[in-house]
Amino acid sequence: MKTLLKNCKIVNHNNITEGNILIDGDTIASVSAKADEKADKVIDCGGKYVVPGLIDLHVHFRDPGLEYKEDITSGAKAAVAGGVTAACPMANTKPVNDNRVITEYMINKAKKDGLIDVFPIGAVTKGMEGEELTEMGDMTDGGAIGFSDDGKPVMTAEVFRRACEYASQFGAMVISHAEDKSLAGAGVIHEGEVAAITGLKGIPSECEEVMVARDILMSKLTGAHVHICHISSKGTLELVKWAKSMGYNVTCEVTPHHFTLTEKELLTYDTNAKMNPPLRAQEDMDAMIEGLKNGDIDCIVTDHAPHHPDEKAQEFDLAPFGITGIQTLLPLSLALVDKDVIDMKDFVRLTSYTPARLINKSDRGEIAPGKLADIVVLDTELEYVFDEKLNRSKSVNTPWMGKKLKGAALYTIKSGNVVFEFPK
Amino acid sequence: MAYKRKDLLGMKDLTKEEILYLLDTAQKFTEINERDVKKVPTLKGKTVINLFFEPSTRTRTSFEIAGKRLSADTINFTASASSTTKGETLLDTVHNMEAMRPDIFVVRHQFSGSVKYIAENTDVHVVNAGDGLNEHPTQALLDMLTIRQAKGDLNGLEVAIIGDITHSRVARSDIWAMPRLGINLRLFGPSTMIPKHHEVFGCRVCKNMQEAVEGADVIIMLRIQRERQGKLLVPSTKEYAKFFGLTKDKLALAKKDALVMHPGPINRGVELMSNVADSDQSGVLKQVSNGVAVRMAALYILGIGSNKGGYDENAS
Repeated sequence: MKTLLKNCKIVNHNNITEGNILIDGDTIASVSAKADEKADKVIDCGGKYVVPGLIDLHVHFRDPGLEYKEDITSGAKAAVAGGVTAACPMANTKPVNDNRVITEYMINKAKKDGLIDVFPIGAVTKGMEGEELTEMGDMTDGGAIGFSDDGKPVMTAEVFRRACEYASQFGAMVISHAEDKSLAGAGVIHEGEVAAITGLKGIPSECEEVMVARDILMSKLTGAHVHICHISSKGTLELVKWAKSMGYNVTCEVTPHHFTLTEKELLTYDTNAKMNPPLRAQEDMDAMIEGLKNGDIDCIVTDHAPHHPDEKAQEFDLAPFGITGIQTLLPLSLALVDKDVIDMKDFVRLTSYTPARLINKSDRGEIAPGKLADIVVLDTELEYVFDEKLNRSKSVNTPWMGKKLKGAALYTIKSGNVVFEFPK
Repeated sequence: MAYKRKDLLGMKDLTKEEILYLLDTAQKFTEINERDVKKVPTLKGKTVINLFFEPSTRTRTSFEIAGKRLSADTINFTASASSTTKGETLLDTVHNMEAMRPDIFVVRHQFSGSVKYIAENTDVHVVNAGDGLNEHPTQALLDMLTIRQAKGDLNGLEVAIIGDITHSRVARSDIWAMPRLGINLRLFGPSTMIPKHHEVFGCRVCKNMQEAVEGADVIIMLRIQRERQGKLLVPSTKEYAKFFGLTKDKLALAKKDALVMHPGPINRGVELMSNVADSDQSGVLKQVSNGVAVRMAALYILGIGSNKGGYDENAS
């Protein structure tokens, strides 16, 4: 089957060209096809931006075990509605993804649905207990692209060191959710002005920074690729910049909520603004934006963390951390383009090109002949209210529910198939 | 009517006029408490449920007496904050109570923001009897009433709050309310118990006990809650008493007629020495008496029923 995308403004990380994209099967055949090229399906993109499918390195699809919040199918539906064609689910499923069977289960379930590719992140330690290493070699063979104990960070430096040494041998990165649990204590929001005002217990930025510093030094010690999750503080960014300047193998990611919102959201005790790491101060948010502008931050991810409405409708302290985000990644990132913080090429680099490189998938992240036909046609000007009708996730725990957004995926194409069209 | 809100959730958003109205109303009620027959029919036929998700005897008793003196039917409902383990959410509990058609909930909860959360999800009037570390508005009102009775005008008074500021809902309510009436507040305590971003309070934070006490008109000593904070924040009660406790000597640095207050219960010999607590400068028991009057005022203002519909969601 051949599909022709006519009148595209094709955006890659390094250039923007105008042309017609011919897809043959699951592969891009040409980006300079003739406008009247014979194809089974023709989409006229009308000069709109066309970008490589977004790759979200940090999601929670809750499958297996917590399917009442999300499952791989609903997560994938939300993903393609947000222009995401590949996602990396974290290992904190039930049971934990600490073995090849679960890794392959995730991959195969997504494959069967045919909406997105799933590249699981395996657990660093068995049961995320922080003690014994998982079978990282076997899991990598099964398709895991990195290892992380996510929200239960490895607190023992030696275990983290051995994990770095072992994972890197199989070409997988170690992904660090940097948080010193002992310093976080019973904290529920950023320890800033709003914590002082609201009486909500604080989590200081240093809680993240102290672990970022350790994990950078473990990368130095072992040479392993350490990827720092969802950075949220100015200090963390400074540490990552230092690590990079020293030539250590360290990269990092930021979420849209950390470059869009601040602790001020918590003045109303809104549990849909409760996440970990927490929304921080204005200067931290400004630093995230600066980091994206300067290229110090490698990629944008969502930390898509669905929770059932009943779980969020609780006392603030009891409500779980996390917000959904896979469907708002696009508009919130495009807002940076609107504000001239980054340009469209940067947008592609941050959401697709670099993520593909970080997980060693050279078949994607670019619109070029021979690459996988994972493509998104954007309408960067489209304004809409993000409501429960548009929402494809099983959960609605996002501060953007009912809010006006700008920019959306008109068509999402996965391996040559149109898997999403923006509802008319 | 100078108070049009549906609820009394905290002092943070109240105007000077609203605070004064509450204080003036409370002052009127103090007289009832001195009568031989301490009961007026004002809230006859009204139902007040004391919804306590955190153990409390004094505050609950104070509210219960306040309700009874106004002839309201007061019912105590004590629930564990972890009622979710029993399968019932906080809102389910509240809605069950609401179905019995009470007029006022008096709510205490161990988590900050939870009383506001309840108030936003019920049509019943809500009085905050303490939520987590956030606010305890009736305590701030009784503090101010006690000060006003002793000192007259509040404007320009020097008031010190000493102790665990970070974990004190009493401190927060005082901090929002007192400066609004012209009080100059200063704070002091172990640095482990002063919020990192205390600048949002707009109060002077003192370096030592001398500075905190010097020239003060009123000294509010906070209870050190060792059962909650463990030993990490203060190494020992002995050390606390030495550096942060109010002794006769330290009190001598304050104004001659300085008033000493404490929200209770007192740890004698720790934050407050017995010869200070029992001296004629102590306003501690007066505070307890005023607590009933203040709570009568709160129940009265919300309970007479003219506030429904006038609730401004943005105002609290």
